[in-house]
Amino acid sequence: MARFIIKRVFYMILVLWIVTTITFFLVHSIPGDPVSAMVQDLPEETRELYLEQYGFDQPKIVQYIRFMKQLLQGDLGSSLRYPGRKVAEIASSFAPVSAQIGGIALAIGFTVGTILGIIAALNRNRFSDRVIMILALLGTTIPTFVTASLLQYVFTVVCPIFPTTGWGGAEHMVLPVACMCVGPLATYARYMRSSVLDTTSQDYVLTAEAKGARTPRIVMFHIFRNSFLPCLTVLCTSVASIFSGSFIVEKIFAIPGLGTYFISAINDRDYSMILGLNIIFTGIYILSVLVTDILLGVLDPRIRLAEKN
Amino acid sequence: MSMGNILEVKNLHVSFKSYAGTVKAVRGVDFVLGPQQTLAMVGESGCGKTVTAKSILRLFGRTSGEISKDSSILFHDEELLNLNKRKLSEIRGGKISMIFQDSMTSLNPTMRVGKQIAECIRLHNKISREEAMKKACDLLRLVEIPNPEERLKNFPHQMSGGMRQRVMIAMALSCNPEVLIADEPTTALDVTIQAQLIDLLRSLRERMGMSVILVTHDLGVVADFADYIQVMYAGQIVERGTKEEIFKDPKHPYTWALLDSIPNRSQPRKSRLYSLKGTPPNLLLPIEGCPFAARCRYCMPVCKKQAPTETSFSDSHRVNCWLNHPMAPKDVRKGGGAQ
Repeated sequence: MARFIIKRVFYMILVLWIVTTITFFLVHSIPGDPVSAMVQDLPEETRELYLEQYGFDQPKIVQYIRFMKQLLQGDLGSSLRYPGRKVAEIASSFAPVSAQIGGIALAIGFTVGTILGIIAALNRNRFSDRVIMILALLGTTIPTFVTASLLQYVFTVVCPIFPTTGWGGAEHMVLPVACMCVGPLATYARYMRSSVLDTTSQDYVLTAEAKGARTPRIVMFHIFRNSFLPCLTVLCTSVASIFSGSFIVEKIFAIPGLGTYFISAINDRDYSMILGLNIIFTGIYILSVLVTDILLGVLDPRIRLAEKN
Repeated sequence: MSMGNILEVKNLHVSFKSYAGTVKAVRGVDFVLGPQQTLAMVGESGCGKTVTAKSILRLFGRTSGEISKDSSILFHDEELLNLNKRKLSEIRGGKISMIFQDSMTSLNPTMRVGKQIAECIRLHNKISREEAMKKACDLLRLVEIPNPEERLKNFPHQMSGGMRQRVMIAMALSCNPEVLIADEPTTALDVTIQAQLIDLLRSLRERMGMSVILVTHDLGVVADFADYIQVMYAGQIVERGTKEEIFKDPKHPYTWALLDSIPNRSQPRKSRLYSLKGTPPNLLLPIEGCPFAARCRYCMPVCKKQAPTETSFSDSHRVNCWLNHPMAPKDVRKGGGAQ
């Protein structure tokens, strides 16, 4: 197991480096520069002075080496848009907000979605299955901004229970969480349904029935675990995405999360911000893939053995 | 029918709904099973032998299998088809248990085999987890798995196909069933393992005094193992009898064809092994006349018009074929199968 993890960590570093390098050159190849993105009618000399100060006048490769040196020292650099503020600092103060909403939404979406998926599968082609699947279809197809606006209209205008926008108390979280959990909920319901259906037609389910096990027992001990495993793979990768936040939801509900920052950093050509956040997101993503693999190994005996060999 | 029968199947009809229509897989099957008897159901793929076996425990899984209303399956004079789910689950794995064809996929891949056996024990007996595990261990020893204490902790993928089938057998025997239904238990295994498993099943049958229904298309296994044989074709029993009657004095052209397609040591080396031409009738459609008529070498005009009725040659030996009618030609069977 230790060897497996060490090997994986090595791969992770490699992937991280590749992603960083690609992002670096992509970001620097966007037309425009941070200075002209901020102030339009700056005299040419002043603009060049600024660019020189940040070293943007130097060849790309020199900038890249400088950036990598800085990165290896564990420094993601400072924001260009907000001078004096470290990227890591911005990320650590706004990511928790995004993670909070995203985490709760994902937890609700996953739990409810999985349960609905099981119910749908066990009642295949009956009324409850049809209803769940139609709702799941709507959930995956209706864009977030429609759900968000609709929820906002219904719960703040028609019957004002929740605040329209803002951040602070639990009441501010209800609507954003509600509209962010729709997507995962629908996805997991559909995913779990097909996974359960697949498992139900396996021979070992028939064996369990032949043993004299009754339906609840078969579902609990023979179907659930086996159909849950494929869903776990999907879950762990979506855990990573909750830190990056949802730009749309955060914008509509005026939530100070990371999603807004990420998008505005691109518009501002805030190179170090884009790169820094991207490195963080990539890191979290790779980490969650590793966690998935370890978890799958724990839950699925077949994988455990394969690793040993 | 004598009183001592454990199982009596009467007029069994099973159908499956599909998009193409209703597949009538089993069309009026009757048979009885006495104590400590072994009954083999033989026939080619799709003849309804497995469906017949699964009907006894109503094990249709997610398929749309439906047993018709006028069918009857009596187990110790109790109608199995009227049992509610709770009662049925007491019979399943308890009084009547079943092993399946594909041992590779018949065990839960994420559960240790010991636990899977213990589950069956605990479903039918009120005993503790530890006791059930101990019993599971004894069962693994019974089915001759070496190192049972260690093997209990194995997952199915850590075992070979033959060993998994032994686990299936251990599971099926865990509650001392009166009837064991073995649905092609050796088909997915290689020949050496097949022989070992048949030996094992035979000795366990003697030891536990159970009756066995063996579903197979392997007449070699049947010759080894069965007391009675019923030959099925297109969802019906076309010939039945004791092992001796079927092997020594078969009366139905389909049985002849089956027997002729067994490789024979006395056969000349380069000759072709006989194989029956054609395919069984489409079970979506009603069958007119004898279902075998289209493939029968001895087909007479009457065969295509009217289904034959059963002719008895002894208490056990009965055949569904017009050739046994007094007006039919006598002794038509040519020696050897090769056409």
